[in-house]
Amino acid sequence: MTHLRQRLVLIGHGMVGHRFVQAAIERGLTERWDVVVFGQEPRAAYDRVALTSFFEVGADELSLLPEGEYDDPRVRLVLDTAVTTIDRDAREVTTASGEVVRYDALVMATGSVPFVPPLPGRDLAGCFVYRTIEDLEDIRQAAKTATTGVVIGGGLLGLEAANAVHQLGLATHVVEMAPRLMPVQLDQAGGAALVRHIEALGVTVHTGAATEAIEGIDGKVTALTIADAEPIETDLVVFSVGIRPEDALARACGIEVAERGGILVDETCRTSDKAIYAIGECAAPDGKVYGLVAPGYAMAEVVVDRLLGGSGDFTGADMATKLKLMGVDVASFGDVFAATPGSLELVFADAVTGVYKKLVVSNDATRLLGGILVGDASAYGVLRPMVASGIPLPENPEELILPAGRGTAQVGMTDETVVCSCENVTKGTICSAIDGSEEKPGCADVACIKSCTKAGTVCGSCVPTVKNLLAERLASAGREVSNALCEHFAMSRQELFDLVAVKAIRSFTALIAAHGTGRGCDICKPAVASILASQTSAHILAEETVGLQDTNDAFLGNLQRNGTYSVVPRVPGGELTPDGLIAIGEVARDFDLYTKITGGQRIDLFGARVEQLPLIWRRLVDAGFESGHAYGKSLRTVKSCVGQTWCRYGVQDSTKLAIELELRYRGLRSPHKLKGGVSGCARECAEARGKDFGVIATEKGWNLYVGGNGGFRPAHAVELAIDLDTATLIRYLDRFLMFYIRTADRLQRTSAWLESIEGGLDYVRSVVVDDVLGVAADLEADMAGHIGAYQDEWSATLADEEKLARFVSFINAPDTPDPSISFVTERGQIRPSAAEGSAEPVLVASASIPVGAPR
Amino acid sequence: MMAGTKVRQETVRQGIWVSVCRVDQLRVDVGVAALVGGEQVALFRLDAEEITAIGNLDPYSRANVLSRGIVGSRGDTVFVASPMYKQPFDLRTGCCLDDPAVSVPTFDVRVLDGVVQVLAPPVSDGPDG
Repeated sequence: MTHLRQRLVLIGHGMVGHRFVQAAIERGLTERWDVVVFGQEPRAAYDRVALTSFFEVGADELSLLPEGEYDDPRVRLVLDTAVTTIDRDAREVTTASGEVVRYDALVMATGSVPFVPPLPGRDLAGCFVYRTIEDLEDIRQAAKTATTGVVIGGGLLGLEAANAVHQLGLATHVVEMAPRLMPVQLDQAGGAALVRHIEALGVTVHTGAATEAIEGIDGKVTALTIADAEPIETDLVVFSVGIRPEDALARACGIEVAERGGILVDETCRTSDKAIYAIGECAAPDGKVYGLVAPGYAMAEVVVDRLLGGSGDFTGADMATKLKLMGVDVASFGDVFAATPGSLELVFADAVTGVYKKLVVSNDATRLLGGILVGDASAYGVLRPMVASGIPLPENPEELILPAGRGTAQVGMTDETVVCSCENVTKGTICSAIDGSEEKPGCADVACIKSCTKAGTVCGSCVPTVKNLLAERLASAGREVSNALCEHFAMSRQELFDLVAVKAIRSFTALIAAHGTGRGCDICKPAVASILASQTSAHILAEETVGLQDTNDAFLGNLQRNGTYSVVPRVPGGELTPDGLIAIGEVARDFDLYTKITGGQRIDLFGARVEQLPLIWRRLVDAGFESGHAYGKSLRTVKSCVGQTWCRYGVQDSTKLAIELELRYRGLRSPHKLKGGVSGCARECAEARGKDFGVIATEKGWNLYVGGNGGFRPAHAVELAIDLDTATLIRYLDRFLMFYIRTADRLQRTSAWLESIEGGLDYVRSVVVDDVLGVAADLEADMAGHIGAYQDEWSATLADEEKLARFVSFINAPDTPDPSISFVTERGQIRPSAAEGSAEPVLVASASIPVGAPR
Repeated sequence: MMAGTKVRQETVRQGIWVSVCRVDQLRVDVGVAALVGGEQVALFRLDAEEITAIGNLDPYSRANVLSRGIVGSRGDTVFVASPMYKQPFDLRTGCCLDDPAVSVPTFDVRVLDGVVQVLAPPVSDGPDG
């Protein structure tokens, strides 16, 4: 049977719309459907939940579709284009630009709009809403000339908005009409605990405060008047009192809407028109609108499933919430107000630390019905699934919230228990991932579970639960969590590192003879080479270590697919003189190398054959360049912006610091590659928070962030310490890097290390800043040792005949180029020609992604 | 033949012995490439006594790079891991340890008066006969 292709039109490209398209592609809906997406905003979908971080990270970081289009030609994404009418009889939509598109199925994901209460003065200049990146840009612009900002609304969104206003440096007020903050999620005592936390940050909270009007002079906001209270003088007002489903299009074409707004849909998310579906915040399943992203995602999946002929239903959603508001953990789930007849409350409150926890249990104290956690939400991962699944409570339920209580017992979760509610992953799914199958080996760490099941990849609150499940499951299966490096060493990298240090071992041969078996392999040899390099000042191509190095280190270049290498001279901080630039250009021209600018602000020269490397480097060294260590598990670059020197906004000299740091840590061997960044102001043009260490200038000094990276599993660096002077910054960085080098696993980047180390960032901070282990002086001394012993690997190689002897194409024909290497010209430069003798595509048997691509 | 030097010679093969280097130019567990009668060969010295040679062409990446891999052991098997995508090849048999269907050619090696020689296969025939 053949099918004609059908067309689906999706209105709205927010988080839920994006999820719908993703699911449509992943589940094969696009095999039979063409999908046309109209997004009203100028940007593709972005993470609105993390909107507050926009000021820190910028729009690009928030984007859910950084490429701007889907990797499926059957999906057409049209942005900045509103749909103006739906003609249900003709099954056509018309856009603001006049385009008419026929549909076989229509999905509305139009989201919601902020509700602005009908207050006098709400149209004055200086009044804003908080919903889109454009809104935040407007607020930021207005904040430049403002000193005070008021947020109307003390709910979830209002507090997010207050955080944004606070971040912009304004004196911030939150005005909430209800007698407490987050009135939907918290009770009076929980709200009060939250107020104490937030006021400690310098935000003023007004509860039980009904706004009467917004006052203004010359069309600009000047103050807010509140019933029975003093007015608040302000330059800026942000409305954040709630949302209204965006259902105008549906109303206009006669689709049924719910009494309180929202497009009425059945459990398959279908509207009163059989060809039209609605999902996300614009939809009202059973008359109820869900203002959270997780239910929206669920609805998107249901519609894709139904279009594929499945039987998925949306039957309501867990409205549990856990978030970090201005650094305060807040969680709320289930029957928070003990509305169930006969229910009992168990409360723990510590006014000193500002921790408030409440459990609502059934009258016989056997079942958990709901709860509130403020100040410490670590038990959320355990508690929330207990509500959803109806697991019986343990004997002493108060243990679950008492500070001494472990709060982590996996109290009889069933396989159906949902562990990750963002991605709807059950315990059963996670356990199967741990157990593995014939096709796929089981997971032995949290990172693997995350990539296999998606659990813990959205809000992360279930990660502790996942971790416990993993440990429990492996233990019961008799699988040990082995930390053996490989078959030759029954110990972890950290243990090897300590052994080498304590016993002053200086060669692989001595180490494996005394503490290992066999002759080593491609896993332990480079790891030990790196450990030796971190502890000694020997050249990595010295007699004892040359055979241990991966080919990149062995030839001080980056191996490319045709067997040639790429060459990257160091350009500290990305600062390059015209003469230097010309010198690099001349070398590239004379050796006919392909040149490309790297993401690390330097220049990569490709296509160098082994025997050409010394000739190329002779020229580069003569021109004043040194190895850029692009080939090593070592410091790559410290990226910078131009900073105060040139930039109108810069507040410190970021380039100077970046150069200083790059020169300080160059050549430092580490468990994985290391990248740094320095930005001269909070605009963060150097993308420092995408680096293993990032420094951002403030008026008062430097803020230090650690644990960021791009790549396969991007991570955002987190704050380690703020407002540091340069000397302190360097001291902390010395300690941080050396502590990482001492304790991380092989090929573990700083982000994964921070995740895996017991105690996480707080522990690392206590070691680096507070020196709780008393090792700070040692760490600094180690770093001083490295800096003192640094030598340019390429200059040293060029000066050593024995090392140079290895840089030949053939031992019996040193200058004969490898005859199988050939190039063709593309866009005016060389590129490798197709692999020799391969009419068929090149075989890459390994399904794994090679680690350690250059830069 | 140098006293005490063992060479691998399982089958009698035809060809010409080509001298490629002095034995003291080879370091244990550090491969080198050689051109032997138009063939690209990767030579490895496993210890004081044993030297092996396999084709330098990595069948997975189709680049001539095996001589630049790291030498290691799995049990008693000594292998080189391709520097490109890490597949291990048995240095004595040429077999890929992760996929028995894939192998690289092997070459006979001998040491004569301190000079390493590789048996270049006849031009008309493949390296493994």
